[in-house]
Amino acid sequence: MTNAKISPFVAIARSIGAEVAAVHATAVDRDARFPSESIAALKEHRMLSAYVPKALGGGGATLGELVLACEALSQHCTSTAMIFAMHQIQVISILRHAGDSSWFLEYMRDLVANQNLIASVTSEVGVGGEMRSSVCGLEWEGQSFRLVKHATTISYGAQADDLLVTSRCTPDGPASDQVLSLVCKADYTLEQQGVWDTMGMRGTCSPPFKLSATGKKDQVISAPFAEVASETMVPVSHLLWAGCWLGVAGAAVNKARAFVRMQARARPGSTPPTALRLAEVASELHMLRASVDSALREYEQLIAAEDGSADELSSMPYALKINNLKVAASRKLPEIVGQALLICGIMGYKNDSKFSMSRHLRDAHSGALMVGNDRILATNSSMLLVLKDE
Amino acid sequence: MIDGQIREILKEHARLAIDLAALDDAADLYQAGMTSHASVNVMLALEGNFDVEFPDRMLKRKVFESVDSIRQALNELMAH
Repeated sequence: MTNAKISPFVAIARSIGAEVAAVHATAVDRDARFPSESIAALKEHRMLSAYVPKALGGGGATLGELVLACEALSQHCTSTAMIFAMHQIQVISILRHAGDSSWFLEYMRDLVANQNLIASVTSEVGVGGEMRSSVCGLEWEGQSFRLVKHATTISYGAQADDLLVTSRCTPDGPASDQVLSLVCKADYTLEQQGVWDTMGMRGTCSPPFKLSATGKKDQVISAPFAEVASETMVPVSHLLWAGCWLGVAGAAVNKARAFVRMQARARPGSTPPTALRLAEVASELHMLRASVDSALREYEQLIAAEDGSADELSSMPYALKINNLKVAASRKLPEIVGQALLICGIMGYKNDSKFSMSRHLRDAHSGALMVGNDRILATNSSMLLVLKDE
Repeated sequence: MIDGQIREILKEHARLAIDLAALDDAADLYQAGMTSHASVNVMLALEGNFDVEFPDRMLKRKVFESVDSIRQALNELMAH
C-alpha cells in the first residue's frame, strides 16, 4: 500500500466489508440470501448516493473511488460488492444522460434522502442475453406508459426500490431502437418466475421475473439507449465489475500469501515450494490490476475531456478496448483463484478453514458468464472486420 | 449518383425495419432499425463498392447515422 490519502468512500467500504459483510458472507453464500446487513450498512453510510454530485446532496465520489470501494467490499463478500456496483451503474447512467431533466434531478435528491436501491432490467426472454435488443415496448396513453417485460434475470429485483428498464420506444418500433425508463416501487409489480440457486454470486438473488409497470413520460430517459450503453453503461459496468473481480482475486491471493508465510515461519531458512507459485500468481494479479487501472484512467480522461469525448466513447476503437478489459479480466480471474487454491492445497479445498477458496472460486467463475464472453468476442470480431490499426 | 449507390447498399445490408424509400437523407438509420452488426456490413459494402477504407477515427456511430453523414464521409475519403 502507498502512503496516498485513502478516499473516505474506500475507507467506509473497507470497514463495512470487514465489520459487516465479512461476518455474513458465509451465510449469504450458503443460503443464497440477500446480504441485507451489508446493504443496510451501505445505506446508513449514504454510500448508495456516493456518486451523486454534492450539489444534489450526494457524496461526489469519482468512478475511480467507486472501483476501489467495490474492490474493498468484494474482498469480504463479492455478492455485496456486485450489488453495490450494479446499483452505481444505474445511478451513473441516469446522472450522465438525464442530468438535464428536472424529474430525474428531483429523483436523485430523493435517492440521496432515502438511499433508494436501483436494479437493472436489461435481460429479456426471447433476446438471449443480447442487451441491445428488446421485445417489449412502452405502451402509451397520452403522457403515461405501461410496460410488461419478461426478464430472464433481475439481480436483487425483489429487494430493489426502483428499476431502470430497457425496452423498445413503442411496441411496434424496431427492436434495436431502445430507451431506458426508471420505474418506481409504487408503480410496478414483480412476479418471480424461478429460483436463484447458482455456483457463485449466490447473494445477488437474480432469478427471472415478470415485470408489470406504469410510468410517465418524464421517467423515460430521452437519450437513445445505444448512446447510454456505449458512453456509460458498458464502460462503467466493465470497470466496476473489474473492481469486484480484483477484490475476489485479492482475497484469494492474500490467503495464499498468509499460507506461504505460515509455512516459511515453520521452517525459517528454507523457502517453501509454494513461494514460487505465489510469485507467479502475484505477477498475474499485478497484470490484472494494471489492466483495470489503465482502462479506468483512459475512461476518466475521456469523460473529463471537453467536446468530442462522447464521439470517441461511442467509437469502435474504444468499444473494442473496453470489451477487451472485460474478457481478459474475467478469463484471468478464475485462473488466479485456481492458482491460489493450489498454493493452499487441502487447507484451501476445505470449507472449514481460514484459507478456504470455495466461495472465491465459485464467485470468480461468474465473470466470464455475466454477459457471456463469447457474445462479447463476437461483437469484437465484427468490429475487427473494419477496424484497421492497433 | 453516389446517393443512389449508398441507398442500394443500405437496402441490402442495413436491415432496416422501415422502407428506405420512405426515409429522407437526414433520417436516423439507427432509429429505423439498423443495428451495430448491420452497420458493420454496411461499412464493408461501402468500402468494397467505393474502394475506400474508413480510418478508425471515422468508425463512430455518428458517421453512419444517415445517408447525409455517409455521403459526407465518402466525399471526404474520395477527395484524396
